[in-house]
Amino acid sequence: MKYNWNWGIFWQLSPDGRGTYLDTLIAGLGWTLATALSAWVIALILGIIVGVVRTTPVRWLRLLGDAWVEVFRNVPLLVQMFLWFFVFPELLPASVGVWLKQLPRSAFYTAVLCLGLYTSARVAEQTRAGIQSLARGQRMAGIALGLTLPQTYRFVLLPMALRIVMPPLTSEFLNVIKNSAVALTIGLVELTASARSIQEFSFQVFEAFTAATLIYMFLNLIVVAGMRWLEKRVAIPGLIGPGQAMPQAGH
Amino acid sequence: MAMIEMKDVSKWYGPVQVLKDCSAAVNKGEVVVVCGPSGSGKSTLIKTVNGLEPFQRGDVLVNGISVGDPKTNLTRLRAQIGMVFQHFELFPHMSVVDNISLGQVRVLGRSRDEATARSMKLLERVGLTQHAAKYPGQLSGGQQQRVAIARALAMDPLAMLFDEPTSALDPEMINEVLDVMTELAREGMTMMVVTHEMGFASRVAHRVIFMDQGQIVEDDKKEDFFRTPRSERAQQFLSKILHH
Repeated sequence: MKYNWNWGIFWQLSPDGRGTYLDTLIAGLGWTLATALSAWVIALILGIIVGVVRTTPVRWLRLLGDAWVEVFRNVPLLVQMFLWFFVFPELLPASVGVWLKQLPRSAFYTAVLCLGLYTSARVAEQTRAGIQSLARGQRMAGIALGLTLPQTYRFVLLPMALRIVMPPLTSEFLNVIKNSAVALTIGLVELTASARSIQEFSFQVFEAFTAATLIYMFLNLIVVAGMRWLEKRVAIPGLIGPGQAMPQAGH
Repeated sequence: MAMIEMKDVSKWYGPVQVLKDCSAAVNKGEVVVVCGPSGSGKSTLIKTVNGLEPFQRGDVLVNGISVGDPKTNLTRLRAQIGMVFQHFELFPHMSVVDNISLGQVRVLGRSRDEATARSMKLLERVGLTQHAAKYPGQLSGGQQQRVAIARALAMDPLAMLFDEPTSALDPEMINEVLDVMTELAREGMTMMVVTHEMGFASRVAHRVIFMDQGQIVEDDKKEDFFRTPRSERAQQFLSKILHH
């Protein structure tokens, strides 16, 4: 194979008008970060709520939570992305649909929403597993003390459950960063799309994707290190590891 | 006056009846021990008192308030009944003092300082002052159970329920827990205690309830129970539990 290696490509001007090819990459990284972090916030908030709901004694709430998880985790992310971007606006009243499609950065908002909901199903599954791994007596002890059910979750069950599921949640955090690449299919120029545009303009495919690969890895290593630090910080004296029981990861 | 009154309480798990028309009363200041073979429904019975175990028929009155009535504010009722569990059930992510303060702050609305002061006083009473800042995982079973008793007492309960408080403990730790319970009984606390500790029953209890297969078979004054249990089942149980 004959290939002209050119690592200096990143300092050359890109025809996309953003400056150098390095600037293209950095802009892509910015969108990847914005998409992944926003989606992660949505996923955590919704996922914890849905996870809690699935362990409550209220039957219809549990069914609702189960349905949520099964819908969002059983349809491929790519299909969900297309559904939200191409199909969903058509289902709305015409004027709202048009407004939505013409919204500046509509690909970004759609990607955040889609990725957030998809990941929330996975976070919900982890949260449920964490709560169920706690002894039934913990719930009883909270209730017997006179705490309401929401208080029992807030002060007794969730603090322990979330500590226990921190390792699987770390994986979900990494997934949300990696999965944000799917957003390129609806036109969001995030990191992977930026690498591809470098390749298309310059034909330096190896350099472009090597750079993207390294950036993804570096980003994820930072997340791993951050979560390890957090795990240590919230570790409970007298317990081995963050929790004694290992929940089943929800797959 | 009856602090706890059970009237024909019946409970089913699906087709299996686990409580059969259980009636009993615990007067104010009285200590009642509930014993019986495992699976006889003792723990289930005691948990109907604060509504942790729902029942389908009959009723339980605590200080005149019906547990079975759907209009009863169970949360408020539970705050007035202390409960101690077999496996302690301290909250592992909270320090000992925070375990005792949680209910005071969140349920009774005491200020944090007020709650901490009360918690420290209770820790002194159960002899664990120097462990206040530790976490449950750093204490022995006996120490954890004494903290659990302090946590229940912090709510100034009308009555205390003990569900096999010593059966998860190593033998050398049983007495430190029983001592705290004995003292509590001497002070006039209304207590309902599920236990196999017949020594405790004969020293401290006023009455003994014997259960078998979901039924209350005997409900006697302590003296009568240990001297002349009427039922054959209770005699067998006693002979097994006392001669070893």
